[in-house]
Amino acid sequence: MATSLQNAPETTGSAARRPTLSERQKVAIVTVSVLAVVTAVAALRAGSSTVLVQALVTGVLTGGIYSLVAMGLTLIYGVLHIINFANGALVALAMYLTFVTVDTMGVHPYTALLVVVPAMGVLGALLQTSLLNPVMRAPIQIQLLVTIGLALAIENVLLLVFGPTPRSVQLPGNVGVSILGATVELSRIYAFVGALVLVAILSLVLQRTAIGTSIRAVAANPEGARLVGINTKSIYSVTFALGAMAAGAAGVLVAPFTTIEPTSGAIFNLTAFVVVVLGGMGNIPGALVGGLVVGLTEQLAGLILPDESPLLAVFVVFLIVLFIRPKGVFGRAS
Amino acid sequence: MTAVLEATGISKSFRGLQALRGVDISVEEGQILGVIGANGAGKTTLFNCITGNFPPTSGTVRLDGADVTGQPAHKLAHRGMVRTFQLMRPFHTMTVLENVEIAAMSRGARGGTARREAGETVERTGLGEWADQLSGSLPAAMQKRLELARALAMRPRVLLLDEVLAGLVPAERAPVLDLLENLRDTEGMTMVFIEHIMAAVRRLSDHVVMMDSGAVLATGSADEVLTDPQVVEAYLGKEASDA
Amino acid sequence: MTTTATPRTSTSAGGGLTGRLTTDTGSQRSRGDYVVLAVFVAVAAAVPFVLSASDMAIANRVLIFAIMGVGWNIMAGFGGMFSFGHAAYFGIGAYATAYGVVVLGLSPWLGMLLGIAISVAAGVGISYLALRYKLTGAYYTMSTFAFAEALRLFVIGNDALNRTVGFTIPVQQGSSLVDFQFPAGSPWYYWIGLGLLGMCLLASILFVRSRPGRFTIAARDDDVAAAALGIDVLRHKLFAVAVSAAITAVAGTYYVQYYMFVDPEIAFGAAASNDAIITAVVGGTGTIWGPIVGAIIMAPLSDVVTGFLRTPPPGFEWLAGHGGLDIILYAVILVAVVILLPKGVYGTLVSRRRKS
Repeated sequence: MATSLQNAPETTGSAARRPTLSERQKVAIVTVSVLAVVTAVAALRAGSSTVLVQALVTGVLTGGIYSLVAMGLTLIYGVLHIINFANGALVALAMYLTFVTVDTMGVHPYTALLVVVPAMGVLGALLQTSLLNPVMRAPIQIQLLVTIGLALAIENVLLLVFGPTPRSVQLPGNVGVSILGATVELSRIYAFVGALVLVAILSLVLQRTAIGTSIRAVAANPEGARLVGINTKSIYSVTFALGAMAAGAAGVLVAPFTTIEPTSGAIFNLTAFVVVVLGGMGNIPGALVGGLVVGLTEQLAGLILPDESPLLAVFVVFLIVLFIRPKGVFGRAS
Repeated sequence: MTAVLEATGISKSFRGLQALRGVDISVEEGQILGVIGANGAGKTTLFNCITGNFPPTSGTVRLDGADVTGQPAHKLAHRGMVRTFQLMRPFHTMTVLENVEIAAMSRGARGGTARREAGETVERTGLGEWADQLSGSLPAAMQKRLELARALAMRPRVLLLDEVLAGLVPAERAPVLDLLENLRDTEGMTMVFIEHIMAAVRRLSDHVVMMDSGAVLATGSADEVLTDPQVVEAYLGKEASDA
Repeated sequence: MTTTATPRTSTSAGGGLTGRLTTDTGSQRSRGDYVVLAVFVAVAAAVPFVLSASDMAIANRVLIFAIMGVGWNIMAGFGGMFSFGHAAYFGIGAYATAYGVVVLGLSPWLGMLLGIAISVAAGVGISYLALRYKLTGAYYTMSTFAFAEALRLFVIGNDALNRTVGFTIPVQQGSSLVDFQFPAGSPWYYWIGLGLLGMCLLASILFVRSRPGRFTIAARDDDVAAAALGIDVLRHKLFAVAVSAAITAVAGTYYVQYYMFVDPEIAFGAAASNDAIITAVVGGTGTIWGPIVGAIIMAPLSDVVTGFLRTPPPGFEWLAGHGGLDIILYAVILVAVVILLPKGVYGTLVSRRRKS
């Protein structure tokens, strides 16, 4: 069973579930066929198979990065029902922390995970406890405004401390390798693998640990969870901490191939929203699939309409999905 | 005699859950129809289908003989069919008087007229003391009465009342019952009302429909339905203490 | 339903509620608003005689923030549709004006009308879809946000709109009311902006008093109840969107004519949406005067901080030459107001006064 935090309306027994399953299969078939047609059109426009393969490989790898960045967003939405506008800023903060760790200690960039991820966890728990827990019962826009304020504050603290000069992190041995004739940097492959590992870890935490069970209980029914003695506020803090840690891991993994600026994370923010809605808000494996779809859409649209911003196609897809299937293309797994 | 409001074969399902299964009700001009049944029997869902909150899965709603199935709520309200809600829905940032004024304005009254009419309706429903109170901070019993006042300000021909007496102590029920009876007798208003309080059902209803599990279990005069052995078994046994 | 009765509320005896609340009724309040508006415009018109030329730049920014806040407030504060993408309407206003002036050779005033028309059409169109498909909560927020973002990307990829370069309004000699151009530092920019703000406030007051406005507020409070009382909720919400989009587009025109420059980031970036939201939220959403209070608090912030950093007090010298402090302060005020004064500064003052 997929890991979803959304309490899908448990209709009734297996009889009710079967049509849902076949509907999901239908959606999967439609998605794959649409992508196939788009790929064919892109192939015609590109004219060369090398260009197409490069686009496909880049699309899949970039898609993995998008889902990596979106993971914390979807987790927090699933439990807290907050769209965390500060997700991108947290990713940027993690990039700078990676830069500082590598710069001062001279360690391998991935070693920074050991520093950055726990630090982000502590920060996340503090933010939730001090700023968001007091407004959890307020209307959704109040919480959104707090995360917008957080995003502005984090990005501008970074600007204040590090100035506008872009920073970078070098990954030793980051050479280009050939996949099916397409050239890609190793660091992007590592980041893609990191996305898979992160999905696996988050799924395991949610499904197999006591704290994960509590988180799922709070996501499904906060009142009920309170009645059985779960401290919902501390679960909210743990969840935000986990979300911030996911953003932290994403920041470390993308740092080697990203120009590090205060707004470097916010750029991912936009695509991350799309990924989360496509995958079903709160659905962690859905975010992985959503990321791949966005990555491929972006690359293929770049081939078909080379003059337009490739992200425009992504947003058009997004708006259509939002109106036609607002619960996400891949739905909220039961 | 023609039915003012007639719903036939109303069914409604939510994601495979059958909430209503072919319900028929009809009410004639100037009459009061009582709808009884346990919680979850589908009474409010029936109201929602009739008043256009959501369309029924199948079935037909006729108002004055015209098919109005699936028409949106606001259109039906202007055709003279107005309802109240079991869970009160005041415009919470407005005063009681302003709430009622909105309804009078919606009916078409202008400026000063709307305000004067609203004032009259507020007095008539016993809310005079509360007229300038913010409706959101009103006690539940007064919010119930506000539901009724707003609906009356629309001057409906058909009024659907969803548990308008719930939450009132016995002494508070009498004036509401007097008012409803008066509306029928002097203005010929047609009403359908969902109620758990059997004394009220006996006093007001010209006809009674008993619902159970989304279907009509019994129909007839109040005496017939309330003494029906099936009804006694399915409903009154449990609720007798309430009446 | 529980059937517990509240004993103190007996039917006609007046059950204990002695001190009747003296809340003003809606129309009385609005009549007072006209007086306040006249006094506000009259007093504000004297500002150029008091402030120095450099401080007038701040006053002009207050006007832009205020118009954006008033516009956003119609849709979100009175209409209950919490838009996170008002940059869309601001940007359309700005780009329509710039394109009209630079490419079509139109008067900026015609550009303003063009911007209002496109903005209203776009707002009504996208909102119709959002309301028709019943997008609520997070999904509604995302749709508004994505719409503004899609427009930004569209402009960036569009040659006719100069891609990322944007437009610069050509400078003319002398003053012209028709061309909306005056020598740098002329108080006319301020007076025109104040006139526009006055009209937007007037529109806001008229809206709240009008039937559509009052029905919109009813639908904001409870859309199901409003529909049951015969109110066409969709139509009234779209009307509120139209008014809101029009006012916000006016802010875009004014911005372009005052700064004589626009690019996709300024016009459609998230910062523009944030400015509209934060102005109204800090002042108080759902009130006529909240956005004005919010603009007076938030718009001068960056200039105040810049001034502070020009001669930093002992201990703060290291901050000189670093950007970001103004927005940090901006963010801190936002978060503090949202958590501590959810009704905003003006909204809290009003409700305190009413209680006492």
